[in-house]
Amino acid sequence: MPRTPTIPTLAERPAAVPTPPAKIAIRGLVKSFGTKKVLRGLDLDVAEGRSLVVIGGSGTGKSVLIKCVLGIVTPDAGSIRVDGEELVGASRSTLDEARKKFGMLFQGAALFDSLPVWENVAFGLLARRLVDRKTARERAIATLAKVGLGPEAADLYPAELSGGMQKRVGLARAIAAEPEILFFDEPTTGLDPIMADVINELIRRLVSELGATALSITHDMASVRKIADRVAMLYDGKIIWEGPVEQLDDSGNPYVDQFVHGRAHGPIKVGVERIG
Amino acid sequence: MKVLAAVGRATLALLSTVGAVVLFALGALASGLTGRLYWRQLGRQMLEMGYFSLPVVGLTAVFTGMVLALQSYTGFSRFEAQNAIPTIVVLSMTRELGPVLAGLMVAGRVGASIAAELGTMRVTEQIDALTTLATDPLRYLVFPRLLAGTLMLPALVLVADVIGVMGGYLVSVYKLGFGPIEYVNRSFEFLETQDVVSGLVKAAVFGFLLTLMGCYHGYRSRGGAQGVGAATTRAVVSASILILIANYFVTELFFAR
Repeated sequence: MPRTPTIPTLAERPAAVPTPPAKIAIRGLVKSFGTKKVLRGLDLDVAEGRSLVVIGGSGTGKSVLIKCVLGIVTPDAGSIRVDGEELVGASRSTLDEARKKFGMLFQGAALFDSLPVWENVAFGLLARRLVDRKTARERAIATLAKVGLGPEAADLYPAELSGGMQKRVGLARAIAAEPEILFFDEPTTGLDPIMADVINELIRRLVSELGATALSITHDMASVRKIADRVAMLYDGKIIWEGPVEQLDDSGNPYVDQFVHGRAHGPIKVGVERIG
Repeated sequence: MKVLAAVGRATLALLSTVGAVVLFALGALASGLTGRLYWRQLGRQMLEMGYFSLPVVGLTAVFTGMVLALQSYTGFSRFEAQNAIPTIVVLSMTRELGPVLAGLMVAGRVGASIAAELGTMRVTEQIDALTTLATDPLRYLVFPRLLAGTLMLPALVLVADVIGVMGGYLVSVYKLGFGPIEYVNRSFEFLETQDVVSGLVKAAVFGFLLTLMGCYHGYRSRGGAQGVGAATTRAVVSASILILIANYFVTELFFAR
């Protein structure tokens, strides 16, 4: 277990650009699995309409962070506010209300393999009974077009798609109900560099088209530079640096430097750790 | 002391599992009964569990009926009681063998496939994806399966009863020289409604238990392919054991006086 670094929790924000109010405000988030403390009092704000990317090594709790916000993992302590509404310890109806604002792209796309592509895309619409099946299908095809897939993909099953196409369908499913907040979990993992860039561009474009707030996690630096407005680095259960993406290369933080430049040697020690 | 500690640990583990299963079942029933019912899911599961289980249940039933007739004949002819064969076949089928064998066969077929499907959905984050799409996985995935199992197993057992009696009839008439009309008449002579009903109630209980085991173990599986495999095994083993245990208690409920 690496020692807690003696570095300020949040880097100073640049005073020049006024930041919009926080869409997501996380304070003192703590989560342990058994004896392993994954998050140790994490603070993070995501400003409305901005795209924040959390970077950090594998197994540092990035996924846990996003799952806490989504309400899939219940934190041990702390506060998560979305539009000022507290989600930690909230009732199921409050959580379901908040989730209507969310769209999520999972690492492995997590498409429902018993349903054809169009039903996957329209799942949120159908589940909330916003539209009938015929309209849902039309909406799904329109959404598929936004991610560059033709209507012929609508009736295929997820198992018939390549990894890149699955990611696109996952993306279409995430944006189908026009959410206010989008979450991306390692959006480029497992894709070739070209397809990764295609997905990054799609994310960038869709987020700005929707005017959505985005919270992503990744360790792919190309992806970070493409989709982030701001970057936060998660290390040892806390955010140890946060700043605009332009400052990433001269953050003055040795941990961030080591991560950004992918060096095996530096303050971050890589050992073998048991998870879960 | 070490022995006591081991016994204590095993007891605590058993109790906590029982508690977790009961809470899981109550949670699924609560969310299934309070919100919308996913008819499409229910229909698909009923088709999968009922219709597609017919061949395996039918084959089991016909050979069970046949072997029952043959075994009773070789045993009962020793004291000139061959006439009891139709009654033995029909009572054994409706009260015991129909529900238990159908339950065990469906546990192997359906319980395993539920555990594997939900387990895969769990490890590939599909269950998490449902949650983020504001859909309660218990209501969408688990409740329709529980309901389909509880409804379809009695239907399967009814079919198994008829096919089992048919099996006994075939052997008795074509091999053992019974008169066809006599056999059918004797089959119904001592059959009471309660015999059939108790078998159907058993079937409903078994259907609930085996789908519950499939759902519980699949839903809670973790650790990739190996975890899914383990969940499948646990689902089938625990469903089979629970069916045999529940069989005794339902029988006692109906017939102990």
